[in-house]
Amino acid sequence: MALPSHISGVHPTSSSRTPVYALVGNPNCGKSTLFNALTGLKQKVGNYPGVTVEKKVGTAYSQHGQPITVIDLPGAYSLAARSPDEAVTRDVLLGRRADTPQPDRILCIVDATNLERNLYLVHQVLDLGRPVILVVNMMDVAAQAGLDVRIDRLEHELGIPVIACEAVNGRGVIDLKLAMSRADLPLSRHAWDVPPPIAPAVAELQASLSASDGKPPLIARAEALLLLTDQDSVRVAGSTPLSRRTAEILRNWQQRWEAEGTDWASSLVNSRYDAIGSIAQAAVTQAGSAGPTLSDRIDRYATHPVWGWLLLGLMMTALFLSIFTLAEHPMNFIDESVAALADAVKAAMPAGDLRDLVTDGAIAGVGGVIIFLPQILILFFFIGLLESTGYMARAAFIMDRLMSRVGLNGKSFIPLLSSYACAIPGIMATRTIEDQKDRLVTILVAPLMSCSARLPVYLLMIAALVPGEQVPLLTKVGIMLLMYALGTFGAFGFAWLFKRTLLKGEPPLMIMELPPYRLPGMKDVLLHMLERGWLFLRRAGTVILGISVVLWFLAAYPKAPDDATPTQQLAQSFAGRAGHTLEPAIKPLGFDWQIGIGLITSFAAREVFVSTMGVVFNAEAEDEDTTPLRQALLAARWPDGRPLFTPLVCFTLMIFYVFAMQCVSTVAVVRRETNSWKWPLFQIGYLTGTAWILSFIVYQGGRALGF
Amino acid sequence: MKLSELAVGASAVIRELPKSGTAFVRLREMGMLAGTRVSLVRVAPLGDPIEVKLRGYHLSLRKSEAEHVLVDPVT
Repeated sequence: MALPSHISGVHPTSSSRTPVYALVGNPNCGKSTLFNALTGLKQKVGNYPGVTVEKKVGTAYSQHGQPITVIDLPGAYSLAARSPDEAVTRDVLLGRRADTPQPDRILCIVDATNLERNLYLVHQVLDLGRPVILVVNMMDVAAQAGLDVRIDRLEHELGIPVIACEAVNGRGVIDLKLAMSRADLPLSRHAWDVPPPIAPAVAELQASLSASDGKPPLIARAEALLLLTDQDSVRVAGSTPLSRRTAEILRNWQQRWEAEGTDWASSLVNSRYDAIGSIAQAAVTQAGSAGPTLSDRIDRYATHPVWGWLLLGLMMTALFLSIFTLAEHPMNFIDESVAALADAVKAAMPAGDLRDLVTDGAIAGVGGVIIFLPQILILFFFIGLLESTGYMARAAFIMDRLMSRVGLNGKSFIPLLSSYACAIPGIMATRTIEDQKDRLVTILVAPLMSCSARLPVYLLMIAALVPGEQVPLLTKVGIMLLMYALGTFGAFGFAWLFKRTLLKGEPPLMIMELPPYRLPGMKDVLLHMLERGWLFLRRAGTVILGISVVLWFLAAYPKAPDDATPTQQLAQSFAGRAGHTLEPAIKPLGFDWQIGIGLITSFAAREVFVSTMGVVFNAEAEDEDTTPLRQALLAARWPDGRPLFTPLVCFTLMIFYVFAMQCVSTVAVVRRETNSWKWPLFQIGYLTGTAWILSFIVYQGGRALGF
Repeated sequence: MKLSELAVGASAVIRELPKSGTAFVRLREMGMLAGTRVSLVRVAPLGDPIEVKLRGYHLSLRKSEAEHVLVDPVT
């Protein structure tokens, strides 16, 4: 008996160049798990230049130790792209991206439990005329569901190596590596018929694509077929546009078909599914009808009108509790380590400007950002957990109706919710939103959700606002809730406004797969968390460092005489002078130049306001205890003797901090995620503008009412 | 009848989808074609979107799309 084609005749590739494989598949089919199983920790994560789509490249080793490069392309349902992620997958496979060479070979992974829909993408990929290996994943789950997937039949129908696989426990990975290291791989012999009414158009587009766009013949045919369903509607930076001639041919055909009433896109999809149907019929048999699956049973509760909300609330409570409790110890540790490092540098270096630059500028500035890293990592971990278990899609399903009120869809919910802890992971999690405008709107409003860095400011202001040494718990909670509510309403209000004006688009779709629940792959989730955390540090690091140094410079120069106190030094520094310059603009809000200094320095991070007030009013707050600072604030006076921090001013300051964009890390992340300075600058403008206007209304209104 | 009018737990065969519109091209690519059997699994707690099962997997879509999809109920 002959060995299956992928085992017989194994010859490790002898060429000196490492073969490049692209890994493609639908979302939720276990692609990342397979990628991790193939490459282990040998991966590089970055970005495709100009687009915010993650680029993951790893190295796998054949059984003979030969390296094989694997590019993990973003999950896609079709090459007719509907999102930036899918557009990148399409462009890499078609060789349209200058930054990524067209892969030599393609690894297609499909979910055995859902073969037909998964094969649609494979069917498009086979048109590319590259050697393809098909990996049928989740064979165990399919067997449990009573599905018998015949690998040999699939191999026979498609004429390419097909590997049965259970990526979660590594089964099939060795077979796959053997197939991947074959010197020769057969091209698919699968043939299908382009529907007759559109065949001439495909031929004409193909000719034009090879003549005017310089595409090789097979790619030209694949691209011609794609243009008829894709119409090139989603373009991303870094991909080459169509030549004028090809675009014109496409337009002419479309006009003609529209006049004739030919349903070109759907006849193409139909004929692909016809071909897939016969493949699936040959390869899959359903043995008996399985009852309701475990996922069905879980969903009876998870999306129940009562239990569903309860579960969602429970999940979110657990998320926030763990952020605030679990993050505390590592945050203290980071705080102490940064202080120890600064002390060590102080001891090692001679006193002077350079030492201050390193300790007070660089170390303190970066320390102020990495202190939030534990929270950020925990959030990434939770988001990864929600994604890999399948609950994320349920949360979006439940919340969609509410989010649609402001013109967004359910997928914006988790990013916005995460922003209550920290806007950075929230903004980085918006990548799951396909529609670019929806994604941008979500990014723009995310900083309005009151994050944990605002807490120290709120707590100090509440302490200064309420008479008496102890703040009654109910008052504290009440004011806090009011601030959170204000930010939340602000976020939804602006989302509504932006969706109607600036970023007007079609109403977002909610065509979303609800994947079966799965046990999370802890290794994958942890790896994802570390990648994300590292990505944040690397990308935002330089901007944060730069701005920290600038802010330090503003507070440290020009130098006061040697015997000056820190308070005097700050008062006559550039920051102090800027506070004076700023005073006319903030006086209508009840703020003086000293508060102005705090507004300037806390642009680094909101909680810096507290320490700046400590320096300005010469009362270092000892850790949690704000009492000395509170008394110093209450003792502060305007030059004419009026108290500065009246209850109304404290309240106004809180309103200001709800809305103002006072966070350099967020600015840096938005800059990276939107690939331009335009959006972060707009965001600073509109948020700080709103903060000013609302503070003005509150302060002047409060005064008029006699507060 | 319309897909959006299907009762929870009921099955139907797709009769017709609108010809144009990105949503409907995508629904076709996800396997919702004339002749495909679908069943309505549930409606979200707030009444929208809906969850349907087709080709062995679950898909959510909004009623605003589902009301343009015509189906023949299967008894």
